[in-house]
Amino acid sequence: MKRDAFDGALAAPVRLSAGVARGEAEVRLGSIKLPLLFDLLAVSVRLGPVHALQEVSLQIQRGERVALVGANGCGKSTLLRLLNGLLQPVGGRIVRDEEARQAFLFQRPHMLRTTARNNIALGLWLGGLRWPDARSRAVEALERVGMTDLAGRNAKTLSGGQQQRLALARAWASRPEVLLLDEPTASLDPRAKHEVETLVAEFTAGAMPGHTGNGPISLVFASHNLGQVKRLATRVIYLEHGRVLADLPVDQFFNGPLLQLQYPAAHLFVKGELP
Amino acid sequence: MSTFSESAGTALALISSFDVGLWTIVGRSLAVSATACFIACGMGLALGAWLAVARFAGRDVVLTVLNTLLALPSVVVGLLVYLLLSRTGPLGFLGWMFSFKAMVLAQVVLVVPVVTALTRQTVEDAERAHGEQLRSLGARPGLRGLLLAWDERYALLTVLIASFGRAISEVGAVMIVGGNIDGFTRVMTTAIALETSKGDLPLALALGLILLAVVLLLNALVSGVRRWRERLDGGVVAPAAVMAA
Repeated sequence: MKRDAFDGALAAPVRLSAGVARGEAEVRLGSIKLPLLFDLLAVSVRLGPVHALQEVSLQIQRGERVALVGANGCGKSTLLRLLNGLLQPVGGRIVRDEEARQAFLFQRPHMLRTTARNNIALGLWLGGLRWPDARSRAVEALERVGMTDLAGRNAKTLSGGQQQRLALARAWASRPEVLLLDEPTASLDPRAKHEVETLVAEFTAGAMPGHTGNGPISLVFASHNLGQVKRLATRVIYLEHGRVLADLPVDQFFNGPLLQLQYPAAHLFVKGELP
Repeated sequence: MSTFSESAGTALALISSFDVGLWTIVGRSLAVSATACFIACGMGLALGAWLAVARFAGRDVVLTVLNTLLALPSVVVGLLVYLLLSRTGPLGFLGWMFSFKAMVLAQVVLVVPVVTALTRQTVEDAERAHGEQLRSLGARPGLRGLLLAWDERYALLTVLIASFGRAISEVGAVMIVGGNIDGFTRVMTTAIALETSKGDLPLALALGLILLAVVLLLNALVSGVRRWRERLDGGVVAPAAVMAA
């Protein structure tokens, strides 16, 4: 692992460009060389007086599906915003692969007061696509999530589940390589939850027609739904008071003895025994 | 009481007989305020949307001054515009004093802070609630401000209507810079002031009734816009919109 590139802690994030610098964000796992999407070294984030993240160090590689779990206020959403560039650290260093296109899904997606189709097109237009191209790709995206019949509806009048599917369609239409989800199904009924989760699973598997990315899409999501974590994630990061307390593959997090032995707080959380 | 009832009767007769003098004053008033609002809204909406999302040193001071300007007395505006347009003033070369343009300018100065402050508040509330999502889509501050203003367009429509109400009902500024010249710069409010002082109560009352009707119509429009919004948004109205309305 090439850590020497990060010597000397800096508060400002480093933006990688193509070429030599990009090579610095690669990690060797045995003989397999995987590109690194995010590399955080002792990163701290403050939200007003609150230490939302404290000296968080972790790496996320291309193709990983990472779940962030922990109690409310533990720093899951802050970490997602930091990865998306919406927040900046006050300490430590973060390296993002700026070439990897990101899409962020919020718990309650905001839809502009216009049609469902225009909401998707506008997102694409903001990303640099010409308006006619954005409109035609929006139609395609709506088709993919089974919402063609709602294309002309005012997005504000859609149900929570429909708005989340629409947000997912908007994300899919931008052809992201990394999908960041902040409790995307937390406020939905079981049926809508299932629909959104199925779409996310298809989406990250690269199974959706029209996906042109190289391999599966990387996923980083926050969730309180441990069943969902088991179904979607390959790796689980447990946070408490802004610190990473456990970082394990999903099977070891839920089944192995490691969690109980080394991370008793996370083990209690999984068992639902925390106050 | 008999004076009032007689005056009211004559006033209604003046209105219903489409008295040319009366309706000319009404038409001029509407034209001055509509022109002023059109200009002020263009400036105020853009400035308010920008202020809502921009972060710069001294922003708090700017907002404090802006909020103070909300309570700016119209006679003070009239005095300032008078000083600007007077023969020895910096804009004296325009030759606008005691003209339609001078009254428009005075009302623009009066209304711009209202539109700017209310737009800033509405868009800033929207920015607080949804700005992050637009940022994650790649919207930079200027564009974000405009998008949020467009998204809050029904709330802002009520701001525009309210600003028109402020413009058409003020008297001090247009009196000072317009001069209340008969057939030239006389508008409803200045005519009411003059006719009352002369004792010509029927004309003053007729103009007063029309002014009240205009304000009533504007309030009805605000309510109508709110109901229309509620219907469009499936019964959900953002708090920002309620505040602005």
